[in-house]
Amino acid sequence: MSEILALFEHDRGEVAETSYQSFGLARALLAAGVGTSITAVVIGAEADRLAVDLGAYGVTSVVRVHHTDLTDYAPEAWGEAVAELIAARAPAAVVATGTDRGNEVLAYASAIADMPFAANITEVRSAAEAHLELTRVRWGGSLLEQSTLIAAVFVLSGSAHVFDGDPSPEAVGATAALETYDALLSETAARTRIIERVTLASGITLTTAAVVVSGGRGVGSADGFAPLVELAGLLGGAVGCSRVVTNNGWRPHSDQVGQTGKRIAPELYIACGISGAIQHWVGMMASKHVLAINTDGEANMVGKAEYAVIGDLHKILPAVSAEIRRRRS
Amino acid sequence: MPRILVCVKRVPAPGARITLTADHTAIDVKNLGFTTSPHEECAVEEAIRLVEQHGGEATVLTLGPAEAEEQLRYAVSVGIAKAVHVTHPSLVAETGWDPQATAAALTEVIAGLEAADGFFDLILFGNESADAGGFQVGVRVAHKLGRPIVNGIKSITLGDTAVTAQRESTSGFEVYNLPLPAVLGVKEGLNLPRYPTLPGRLKSKKAAVAVSTVEPAAGGLVTENFDNAAELVVQTTMLGTGEAAAPAIVDLLERLGLL
Repeated sequence: MSEILALFEHDRGEVAETSYQSFGLARALLAAGVGTSITAVVIGAEADRLAVDLGAYGVTSVVRVHHTDLTDYAPEAWGEAVAELIAARAPAAVVATGTDRGNEVLAYASAIADMPFAANITEVRSAAEAHLELTRVRWGGSLLEQSTLIAAVFVLSGSAHVFDGDPSPEAVGATAALETYDALLSETAARTRIIERVTLASGITLTTAAVVVSGGRGVGSADGFAPLVELAGLLGGAVGCSRVVTNNGWRPHSDQVGQTGKRIAPELYIACGISGAIQHWVGMMASKHVLAINTDGEANMVGKAEYAVIGDLHKILPAVSAEIRRRRS
Repeated sequence: MPRILVCVKRVPAPGARITLTADHTAIDVKNLGFTTSPHEECAVEEAIRLVEQHGGEATVLTLGPAEAEEQLRYAVSVGIAKAVHVTHPSLVAETGWDPQATAAALTEVIAGLEAADGFFDLILFGNESADAGGFQVGVRVAHKLGRPIVNGIKSITLGDTAVTAQRESTSGFEVYNLPLPAVLGVKEGLNLPRYPTLPGRLKSKKAAVAVSTVEPAAGGLVTENFDNAAELVVQTTMLGTGEAAAPAIVDLLERLGLL
């Protein structure tokens, strides 16, 4: 009987779509013969109410980790708490989704436990005693690496939007047992913690929007983004952009989609004047549908998109906004 | 006066088309341009700006093949004072070390530099390297040095005894305040890196680069081979040309339930 510890990520009790994907990775490990059960790790008192619904994801037990320093996200304290669980429970594996926080917590935990850590894996290929054959992403997703993780405990994060985040069909109606673990934590663990938050956007953001209207070099200037902003506003969506746009100062870096920007998965991604370099593609390839608008019919983005319109975005987007207003009136 | 260290990695230029050797065990480096990993270009720029504001001195350090000296000289050409090259014959082209071995080597060299000249108030890493994307070397080094680290940093304010750093969240920024000495993993967008000046370039050609050779420690993540990600084959549906396509686009929005 050995368990897989799966970190269930949350922000003061708020859960993201990616949070559930750590259970999909844990189930992939079970299928490969690693471990015999899944234990969710939920850190912080605020998260207690999240623990009760996790049975449906194939989780048989939930460890709620408590400590006075675990009221808000604190990378070192979270990592140390996971390292304590590794030492106390000797799990078969420890997994998280490869978000900023998921990778940071596992990096801390594996540094403290002095174990290897494989970030952003896409596939568990096969498992043997202390050897795990896996595939992980390089270059943000354009290159795949086949590697072997040699470790007593497999510490892994799953590349976001790769593993299943839905409830498990085999666990319908199941409930998980609840446990509590009081973390010890060293005196220094709380030195890296959030002391304040600056809120810039509320409501729809680039990572949560159902529609993202995104611009590239073809937009031409900061002012050129006006029709993209207008259309995003009409659709209740968000504006995104490529790396060249932020390097030119046309949009803030927080709008950048791609390997060094944000990874997003909207219902529809409208790529306006974006050529579609691989570094951009890896940031939006999880989109459900892609519409490319480009003057160049040979652009990469046009070839990869499900839908395309050839022409000048500065003429097409205002016409689309006008058509939406006409149909709504 | 703060002492700042920036750790950088030589990687194939972002945007370059990566081709593999016939046996898929390595990247074909013929015709491939190399650069400093993008997050770390911003780390270099930030170190220069911090020295411009507070005085002190910035040092750049890399673990990499002989050719990585190019990235160190580039950092000097834009304003970094000192350069340290950590190398070993097994570090060739794109074949790096496992994250644990990399972190162990960096920690050893940093400890040596600090024993000689005093500790670094601030050590900057990139959040992750553009190529290997291990997401852990900075954290491992910080842990071995007993220092705090936060990743994903996009704004830094250096004080006398602490550093305030901001990291992007879905709705804005999270603010962290770390006691010095500290380590930060930074992300592109922290600043816009400057270009070298002609005098800077000339100076960098003559700059001394300290070289130290270290033996690789054992690590548990062994790279076997590479594969290009499957090329997506999509049948693109053309919705039309120019503004006449607007009704077809709005039809699509309607079908997807997004209107």
